[in-house]
Amino acid sequence: MVDDGSSDATALEAKEAGALLVRHPVNLGVGAAEQTGYLFALERGYEAVVRLDADGQHPPAAVSTLLAELESGRADVVVGSRFLEAGGFRSSLPRRLGIKYLCWIIELLCGLKVTDPTSGMRAVNRRVLSLLARAQPEDYPEPESLLWLHRKGFRIREVAVRMAERAGGSSSIGSLGSLYYLVKVTLALVMATLRRAGR
Amino acid sequence: MAAIQLLALLGTLSLLLFVVEAIRRGRLKERYALLWLGAFAVLLLLSLARPWVDWLALVLGIRYGTSLIFLMAFFFLLLIVLHYSLVISEQSEVTKRLAQRLALLEAEIEELRCGRG
Repeated sequence: MVDDGSSDATALEAKEAGALLVRHPVNLGVGAAEQTGYLFALERGYEAVVRLDADGQHPPAAVSTLLAELESGRADVVVGSRFLEAGGFRSSLPRRLGIKYLCWIIELLCGLKVTDPTSGMRAVNRRVLSLLARAQPEDYPEPESLLWLHRKGFRIREVAVRMAERAGGSSSIGSLGSLYYLVKVTLALVMATLRRAGR
Repeated sequence: MAAIQLLALLGTLSLLLFVVEAIRRGRLKERYALLWLGAFAVLLLLSLARPWVDWLALVLGIRYGTSLIFLMAFFFLLLIVLHYSLVISEQSEVTKRLAQRLALLEAEIEELRCGRG
């Protein structure tokens, strides 16, 4: 578990529950927190990493589904998608529209077809995790890292996952923030397209 | 020499002195000071050589010589601000890396401690 500088009892509770804990001394943002996880895995020789959000949206029971897909060797990155099959929590309509737009622009920019580009539920193999430990998008990393990894030639596959509504806390993206999110992510996607793939 | 020229000269020289002193005391790094020193050199030149300003303005098609100075100042400030944006981006990457390393080391120390105890 990566604690990105929480001021509440997150670290203590995680520790008591028996989690391996890495604590950022200051808040560095979700992208950096994810990267710390990859660094941790890289240094300790992990073969794969499955990443879950901490708000209860991603069912831990589905980890084995993602891992199985990864271990089949068909993919380097496996994404848990809310939209591949019906059921589960599917977010509000404006958000779904935003996600549709992201799917569209990702396919336009690099030809990659995905259904849930903002999903943070992912499994990556050793090659991908060592790459992300070195270079990982910031702020809102999910769509950008998909595009970037696809351009680097990694195989990305989605598996259906029934997600839950967040169990606690509020989204980092508010209503006005959604527009900022889309603009910023669009800029990041375009820039990632313009950048040479072998960065 | 007009009073305004003298004023400009004195102003530039005191700023130059301030920057040089800041570098000398190690409060300003050379790499960030270069831009300022360059700016002072230009300012010094401009405050001394009024005819040059007028001539340059004429060549560029600017009727009022002083606007040329404003234009140059504007571009220079833009350049400085842009430079700072680049520096800030670089710094935030460095800070992030340091904090991550610190967090990982801390986790490792904690484990070692628990393993022993």
